[in-house]
Amino acid sequence: MASIMQKNKQTLLQTDPLDTSLSANNLSLKHGKAHIIDNLDVALPAGKVTAIVGPNGCGKSTLLNGLSRVHMPSGGEVLLNGNNIHRVPSKEVARYLALLPQDTSAPDGISVAELIRFGRHPHQSLMQQWAMDDQQAIAYALAAADLNELKDRQLDTLSGGQRQRAWIAMSIAQETPLLLLDEPTSALDLGHQIEVFELIRHLSQEGKTIAMVVHDLPSACRYADHIIAMKGGKIITQGPPKDVMTKALVRELYGIECDLIEDPMTGSPILINIKRVKA
Amino acid sequence: MIPWFNRIPAQRSLLSALVPAVLLLALSCFLSLLYGAGAVGPLEAFKALFNQGSADAYFVVSELRLPRTLVGLFVGISLGVAGALMQAVARNPLAEPGLLGVSAGSTFAVALALVLGASAATLTVSVAQIGALVGCFCVITAARMQGQNRDPIRLVLAGAALSSLLVALTSLLLLYDERAADEIRFWVTGSVAGRGLEQLYAVIPSMIIAALATLYVSRPLASLALGEKVAIGLGHNPGRIRLIVIVCVALLVGAAVAVAGPVAFIGLVVPFAARALVGPDIRRTLWLCLPIGPIVVINADTLSRLVAQPAEMPLGVLTAIVGAPVLLAIVRARRLPTL
Repeated sequence: MASIMQKNKQTLLQTDPLDTSLSANNLSLKHGKAHIIDNLDVALPAGKVTAIVGPNGCGKSTLLNGLSRVHMPSGGEVLLNGNNIHRVPSKEVARYLALLPQDTSAPDGISVAELIRFGRHPHQSLMQQWAMDDQQAIAYALAAADLNELKDRQLDTLSGGQRQRAWIAMSIAQETPLLLLDEPTSALDLGHQIEVFELIRHLSQEGKTIAMVVHDLPSACRYADHIIAMKGGKIITQGPPKDVMTKALVRELYGIECDLIEDPMTGSPILINIKRVKA
Repeated sequence: MIPWFNRIPAQRSLLSALVPAVLLLALSCFLSLLYGAGAVGPLEAFKALFNQGSADAYFVVSELRLPRTLVGLFVGISLGVAGALMQAVARNPLAEPGLLGVSAGSTFAVALALVLGASAATLTVSVAQIGALVGCFCVITAARMQGQNRDPIRLVLAGAALSSLLVALTSLLLLYDERAADEIRFWVTGSVAGRGLEQLYAVIPSMIIAALATLYVSRPLASLALGEKVAIGLGHNPGRIRLIVIVCVALLVGAAVAVAGPVAFIGLVVPFAARALVGPDIRRTLWLCLPIGPIVVINADTLSRLVAQPAEMPLGVLTAIVGAPVLLAIVRARRLPTL
């Protein structure tokens, strides 16, 4: 009986991480009566880091919430390995897709290790609450996010960057091929931003497919393989940073004039000489 | 500066708190058998416990005090657990069945049933539970209306408004019906005096349901403490978690109200103490509420028999006298703990 159930699960979703795909077909998302996104098609390139950029209110967080099944679509569908994500049991989705929302808050007194343990929920059941592979996944997450020395510290005593690393470690412990992050570096200073972005790069090298909403354009160019630029609920352009990043795009997205140069060390585009376009 | 009672410590071993708490509970039960109702002194009661005392003493201990202790045990567990569940689901350290109008809803339902002709002995448990459920939904709706700024005080204000409305309606009902008023007057202040074991038997089925549901929901409920989106991301269903918790709270509070009337502040004080001892995780908090709830209720009951001898102070009055300052102290602190 158990083996049959397992087989069913495997046919429902793929097991090879690099075969995991997340895409949206004709997706429409509403906030109350406001149409945020209408009939959008998008697919995340496998094994890459995708940055979703755009001005405030362009629908990038909404898209991320739609892709992660938190926001129920008003039309169209989100496909996880070709299956409508809302038809797959949520717990099973959680073994393939991890989400780190913006503005997370945890109860007072919770420790880093306790937080990371929550990442194992999708792999546990009422009957089997703790297993060997849970232990291993936690150890791996702690090491990957470089938190071994902080694991017994209380979350509210950590710096912003450390705290964000702990949250990311929770999603690492979830052991999913897909990871979606909503503004993972907002409210962090430059040093902590780099700390988090480098962790994200590291996870990508381990084979995860990652999508993140990012406000800072240069960071998006520097740390993502693929840029999705949005405005007014539509995708204006997408592709590798070097190809999509143009003066025209920056003007269209943010209404600013700038020049673009290439970072001599990394080759990624940098914005200089930024001015507001006079109306 | 956060006062000590608003500070939640890191995770501590559950057993290191649970074992002393259970021992303290045993001691409390023992004391409640020695002191109190009936003109039997502690020494005589002690002898009666070991079958050495007079027949009178034996009667008092086994027929008056033992049921009362058991009722206190049950009421403490129900209200303590219900308070912890409500606080976790509302993510609000001030959520408490008494403050939020759940107990008042329950009381109103019972009063209404009495006025409509039911007798106090029959059907009160399910009536009280339905009343509690309605109270729960009213207050959760109010909680969702509070919108973006999750100010814990607002929920309490909504609860206070609901509570006083229901209390007023209850008084109105009783004005119109003298028989019901007589039957209910003592009960409505909250007391575990004079309750028999029959009332306890009547609530056993709902207790079993609530216990199983709580066991089932405690893990998902713990994840809700990380926020709704994170809980969904981990594969849980927040809507279903809330529904199960609300039904549990209604079963527990309704049963406690049916047996002992509305006893305020237990659901506030007990989870606070439990969190202070074992940290923020709702699962450990719930386990610790099992002994701490009855410790508070049973000792309060013992005290209520002693302070106004030969009369008794109703338990609900005593818990309010003790609990209200605790609430004020918690609210007065600059920052409420985040759940």
